[in-house]
Amino acid sequence: MAEVLHHDNHGHDEHHHHDDTDITVFGFWTYLMSDLILFGTLFIAFAVLSSHIPLGTPSAKELFGDSLGFVLTETFALLISSVTFGFAVLASYKKNVGQVLTWLAITWVFGAAFIGMELYEFNHLVHAGHGPTTSAFLSAFFTLVGTHGIHVTSGLVWMLVLMYQIKKNGLTLPNTRRLACLSLFWHFLDIVWICVFSVVYLMGVL
Amino acid sequence: MSHDHNSAGAAHGNTKQYTIGFILSVILTIIPFGMVMAGGFGRGLLVTVIAITAVAQILVQLIYFLHMNSSSEQRWNVIAFVYTILTVAILLVGSVWIMNYLHYNMMI
Repeated sequence: MAEVLHHDNHGHDEHHHHDDTDITVFGFWTYLMSDLILFGTLFIAFAVLSSHIPLGTPSAKELFGDSLGFVLTETFALLISSVTFGFAVLASYKKNVGQVLTWLAITWVFGAAFIGMELYEFNHLVHAGHGPTTSAFLSAFFTLVGTHGIHVTSGLVWMLVLMYQIKKNGLTLPNTRRLACLSLFWHFLDIVWICVFSVVYLMGVL
Repeated sequence: MSHDHNSAGAAHGNTKQYTIGFILSVILTIIPFGMVMAGGFGRGLLVTVIAITAVAQILVQLIYFLHMNSSSEQRWNVIAFVYTILTVAILLVGSVWIMNYLHYNMMI
């Protein structure tokens, strides 16, 4: 994770600035760890509340049994966006602004597709009468998956801002540092989604 | 991962790593999904397979996408990560255990 920065530590045009990229990225990593605790507690609430679903309210199997293929597509959209972000980082090593922007744009499209599909699913559930107020299990579901969705949405907004900054100022040291932090954030969200896909959807429909 | 060569400015991650990580992730997603969709497997086996493939995929992404390794530059990142996982694990096991026990005692 720290490698994006190492590359620039001995950069040519910015050597008169003090380079605190390493410590910045470590600080960002520490934030991600606190975010991991947040997701951990939401998973715990979900695990507890989904194990005893009251009679008369829908179970995970009834809700997600028919839409697993849809969720698999969502999963692949996010996974592909994680890889394309990696390619953007690789292009930044080569100082290729055009390539970085192209890969970021591709990443953004896949990330937006993921969010679009998630909103469609939420909308579908609410209109079918299975909104977050239906049962404690569904409250936990919407909170957990929704929190992940809000994170991805923030990542998309951040990505737009970063693309603008890179387009305007090029791959300066502050911009590659931002790219390093956002790449950690983005890969982290994909890892959280693996847990959501496995625990909420796959184990849910068993 | 060749962290040592990096001060010279060589790229750290590379296309090959991301490609390997992507292919492994796809395989580790398809296996549990295919088994759940196919049906006919015992619940215990399915839960085990889903858990193992999920953990494996998380490790794959940590190594191939986040380039986590045992080099000294990474040490604090890894320590912070392991400590966080430990904290979440204690919370998870404790909560599920206590709440199930409560349920059992209340005979719901």
